[in-house]
Amino acid sequence: MIDLLVPLLAGTLAAATPVIFAALGELVAERSGVLNLGVEGMMLVGAMAAFAGATGSGSLWLGVLLGGLAGAGLAVIFCVLALNLLANQVACGLALTIFGVGLSAFVGRAYVSLTLRGLGPVTVPGLSQIPVVGPIVFRQGALVYLAILTYGAVSWFLYRTKAGLILRAVGESPQAAHAIGHPVLRIRYLATMSGGFLAGVGGAYLAVAYTPMWVEQMTAGRGWIALALVVFATWRPGRVLLGAYLFGGVTILQFHAQGLGINLPNELLSSLPYLATILVLVLISRNYQTIRLNAPASLGLPFHASD
Amino acid sequence: MPFRLEARPEHSRLMGYASPLVAALLMAGAGFLLFPVLGREPLPALHTFFVTPLSSRNGVAELLLKASPLMLMAQGLAIGFRANVWNIGAEGQLTLGAIGASLLAIRYDGTTSPWLLPAMVGAAAVGGMIWAAIPAFLRTRFHTSEILVTLMLTYVASLLLSYLVHGPLRDPQGLNFPQSIMFDQSAMFPLILEGTRLNASILISLVVTALAWVFMERSFAGYQMLVGGLSPLAARYAGFGETRAVWLGLLIGGAVAGLAGAGEVAGPLGQLQPQVSPGYGFAAIIVAFVGRLHPVGIVWASLLMSLLYLGGESAQIALQLPSAITGMFQGLLLFFLLGLDVLIYYRVSWRHSAAVPRRAAV
Repeated sequence: MIDLLVPLLAGTLAAATPVIFAALGELVAERSGVLNLGVEGMMLVGAMAAFAGATGSGSLWLGVLLGGLAGAGLAVIFCVLALNLLANQVACGLALTIFGVGLSAFVGRAYVSLTLRGLGPVTVPGLSQIPVVGPIVFRQGALVYLAILTYGAVSWFLYRTKAGLILRAVGESPQAAHAIGHPVLRIRYLATMSGGFLAGVGGAYLAVAYTPMWVEQMTAGRGWIALALVVFATWRPGRVLLGAYLFGGVTILQFHAQGLGINLPNELLSSLPYLATILVLVLISRNYQTIRLNAPASLGLPFHASD
Repeated sequence: MPFRLEARPEHSRLMGYASPLVAALLMAGAGFLLFPVLGREPLPALHTFFVTPLSSRNGVAELLLKASPLMLMAQGLAIGFRANVWNIGAEGQLTLGAIGASLLAIRYDGTTSPWLLPAMVGAAAVGGMIWAAIPAFLRTRFHTSEILVTLMLTYVASLLLSYLVHGPLRDPQGLNFPQSIMFDQSAMFPLILEGTRLNASILISLVVTALAWVFMERSFAGYQMLVGGLSPLAARYAGFGETRAVWLGLLIGGAVAGLAGAGEVAGPLGQLQPQVSPGYGFAAIIVAFVGRLHPVGIVWASLLMSLLYLGGESAQIALQLPSAITGMFQGLLLFFLLGLDVLIYYRVSWRHSAAVPRRAAV
């Protein structure tokens, strides 16, 4: 049983990583009042840019950085439309995803059959020798650790810094924040772009570490799952982490089903992450008050200083 | 900023009509700038993309063939969107429709009954409605976001389709290819233009368009949904239930998406395949917006969007550019439209920033 559990749990950490990045990024944007449904598009463009950057430069880390920047760049388009031009945020997010799918497929055509030596695991000296825990926790890729550090950084920023407090205030009441002199648009721009950067890094993780190659639509809905996790987490970073590991576990289960003696059609096992996402969404939104009380009050609403 | 946005006292009808046209022109303009970057002469490339596909009788038939499912689905989606019901999983509902129609076509293979095709159409609508009923139930019963549920179900639908064509519905004589048997003539929409692939399913799209117009412009139920979308509080005060709007919006959207699925398998495909749509369900969202969520506007928008698909194919053949360029143009079109729509409710006032009285710094 332990023989099975170790790869299962190790795989869970890895599978959760792209979703942690993307969901934490979206959480920051949503706490400032911006609902960006373009996460899937930003992840895909991030994955594409990272793969292209890594194969072009030979540096995987440069690829990851490019992936993040590409995600942030796409977020700027969203900001111009939704924040400057006050367009419907739901429609803008959908447009961003449609554009991101098309752009990444178009540019990615040249990279389809290339392979990459992906980011390998980092073996933490000493700790990785601990039985069971060692191979699960201390022989992971660097980005897996970085995702957890990002969780810490986002929590600290939102709850322990003045800037985080201002960002949350903008999300609750942009009018009040504007009235006492905070630049609402600039704060929302920065929050949304940070969200785009993290979504891009999440996509980059897929393309340079998890499955080091480029395949059209390789994110397979993880951007949408990240959006669902933010709701599931009731906009709190800690629960994002929990939800992501839950998702990671369900995802990885399909590769170990046979070993566990589960004989179900492959397609059914592959659809479990999506069904599980629906299930947790239902469980959390069942109590409408939870969502009402925890969602940023101005989420998805445009802000115009003359209002 | 050198300009600022001022709310218009009344929204501009002119911009409502003009912004889709200007957006289409800007999209073509973006193409003009993009093609040189890709090493292609801009004018001939634009010609290849937007004109060549229409220069033959067959091209026009293909335009109508691809516009048909887009028009059909966008009509259903627009009804929901106007009531703030965001069904973005039409792609999955289309897949279930295709499966529903195919089940009958495969089960009754060999029959010459004239009732097979109508039964397939009915099964397709039911398939799409079942898939849309799930998010409707979850939204009305548990307040679950229909955006995320419809999308998750799209991935589940494509896996279900994959399971069926690899397993129970695979053609036993098909050399293990993941696809069903070819449908009989009695399970196919009759062709309506000699020598082309244009078939009678486009009549369904036109009838649905007419029905959508009557529903939105003339019926009380359509009016209730409109009010619900424009002002939920007013709707609640008037006693127009949100629950009803959610169910109606999703079921109508699901039914027509299912019909579009039947149009594909009983039309150009002629069998069930692992992929039954090149993303029509998502493109239909753009069609609904570009068509101003209005039944007549959607007809024009579906033709434009269909042209983008043909242009992508044409660019692939003549210019050796990946046909994925279609998705980029679709996204750009929606970007421009959403950006221009600000002018419906606001006007731009150009001023020197110095002339704007500045508030004292806080």
